[in-house]
Amino acid sequence: MNEESLIGLFVAMVSFGALLYLAALGELIAEKAGILNLGVEGMMAIGAVTAFIAGAELNNPWIALLIAMIAGAILATVHGLFTVGLGAEQVVSGLALTILGLGLAAYLGKDYVGRTPGAELVPVDWGALSDLPWVGPILFAQAPLVYIAILFGVTAAFVLGKTRVGLALRAAGESASSADSAGHSVFKVRLAAVAAGGALAGASGAYLTLTLTPQWAEGLTAGRGWIAVALVIFGAWRPGRVGLGALLFGGTLALKTRLQTFGVDFSPIILSMLPYILTLFILVLISIQARKRPSPSPAGLGLAYRREER
Amino acid sequence: MSRSLLRTISIPIAAVVFGLVIGAILILTQNASPGTAYKALLVGGAGDSDAVLRTLQKATPLIFGGLAVAFAFKAGMFNIGGQGQLLVGAVFAAGVGFGIDGLPLVIHLPVALLAGGIAGAVWGGIAGTLKATTGAHEVIVTIMLNFVAGNLTDWLAANPWKDNSGSNIVARTPLVEDSAVIPTFGAVPVGFLLAVITAITCWMILERTTFGFEVKSVGNNRHAADYAGIRVGRIMALTMAVAGLLAGLGGAVESLGVDGRFEAGVNVGLGFEGITIALLARANPLGVVPAALLVGLMEAGAARMQFKAGVAPELIDVIQALILFFVAAPIILRWVLRMRHDASEQLQLGAGWGRS
Repeated sequence: MNEESLIGLFVAMVSFGALLYLAALGELIAEKAGILNLGVEGMMAIGAVTAFIAGAELNNPWIALLIAMIAGAILATVHGLFTVGLGAEQVVSGLALTILGLGLAAYLGKDYVGRTPGAELVPVDWGALSDLPWVGPILFAQAPLVYIAILFGVTAAFVLGKTRVGLALRAAGESASSADSAGHSVFKVRLAAVAAGGALAGASGAYLTLTLTPQWAEGLTAGRGWIAVALVIFGAWRPGRVGLGALLFGGTLALKTRLQTFGVDFSPIILSMLPYILTLFILVLISIQARKRPSPSPAGLGLAYRREER
Repeated sequence: MSRSLLRTISIPIAAVVFGLVIGAILILTQNASPGTAYKALLVGGAGDSDAVLRTLQKATPLIFGGLAVAFAFKAGMFNIGGQGQLLVGAVFAAGVGFGIDGLPLVIHLPVALLAGGIAGAVWGGIAGTLKATTGAHEVIVTIMLNFVAGNLTDWLAANPWKDNSGSNIVARTPLVEDSAVIPTFGAVPVGFLLAVITAITCWMILERTTFGFEVKSVGNNRHAADYAGIRVGRIMALTMAVAGLLAGLGGAVESLGVDGRFEAGVNVGLGFEGITIALLARANPLGVVPAALLVGLMEAGAARMQFKAGVAPELIDVIQALILFFVAAPIILRWVLRMRHDASEQLQLGAGWGRS
């Protein structure tokens, strides 16, 4: 195992971690407001395809990213209107969103399969910082969305924990009737949280087609949206811990593609299953630890709120 | 038909009608004729005996997959692992199917089916046991096990169990022996009959046995069930094993009845569709059969719809999503149908998400 491939592993870990973190953070925001959105996979696919199409047509990666975030937010709003506005069952509506998003993405992207990308978000050069040993390539030569993911994470932690807006959002998720009594519009707060979550899932999808695999193909998201949903439970609904979880999952994904380059003589079957088995193992350890304590999930998560039932 | 049954099925039926109506509007926006498109869909899925066979073949794994999700729902658990359970069932059924020869059909076929079912039960049972003993959330565990199953089955099909005949380079097993192939009677594949019998059996277990009562008690209120002396952990583990058995059987029927072998990548997505079926059936095992037939028919007819009416086959996904949205929000249908609100109709699957 040489130094170069070890650095490569960490670079990929941070990169994959950011991909998962963007989507998981979006899910966390929606769930904190009390709305479970299982449509992450569909919103990621829509983000990925719209970013690729916008990149190909407009040749500007930043506009492509913006369009992907808007598309993700619009799709999430469909779920928001059904669950918040009509009291729809959140699990069913979220799954419908996944099916809708994947189907729509396949339809929209038909003419773009196999095309060369029109725009890419390439790694940022931080000058002298990027040349530092180890830290340089791992932290200061990443693609822009890695830094955006960190920025969003810090912002989310601050807004959720320290501001009135965050308090209103958490109140809507813990006890919708109390939030209502306190004068917050549960409808608006929950809808905004779901839409913001969709924008982040869209950004995560855009990261796929603008940086990681600058191509469009059906099934590109490959279940990563579901990993994001799992990460929120894994990280106990806390932005920081979800971030650590994303790094861990990202690391296992990176390990899968890189272990062979280390000359480690693993059988490929063990290698390919390793990330998931490792995750299971860690999950079991965390679960045993957490058993004694009360559940960290928002109390009103998954429950429809109707005013007349107050 | 009793009034309560009518009320129970009115929501899914209305949801399907609404989904198709909005689908028709979408077809119009594509400058195609909804009449032509839906006729082609129907003919493609039920027009002749070939079409019926296609629909029944598509519906068969959907029934098993739907049952795997519905059964777990009854104990208050969300089985997203149908995909992995189906895959291990498919590969082990194929393994027994091609690996043993010289047995008569009456022994070989049941043994191969059972191998698939047991593999699925083990896969589901892992998630249930971890949930019961450590509290690890079944949603994460089953998702991870899906990936593990995908890798494991791909590897088996590409290495030790690979079909080395001719110049084959595809990751697939050899064809199963004739004695392990599920026969077909006319236009009705035996696998489909097996699926229907399994659905009825699930309903009987849930409604007529002590185990079924315990499963539903755990699903209704875990703490009350515990207080009443039901061994909640044991029931959860067993329920997931049964769910896995059902999905594994679905995979086995795919290998032994449709594909004749296991091939990597062929069964992708089937387990996931089981979730749609279970929700459309509102987690009722008997409702799973018509729900699977409907989705199977749409998928069987989609190619003809594209060919005859120029409608993109992805429209089927959109219609499925619309139907699910309406199932999720029966309030819309109730406004239109002027039905009374009945709180018991509303599913609340999301409540308690993330709690062990």
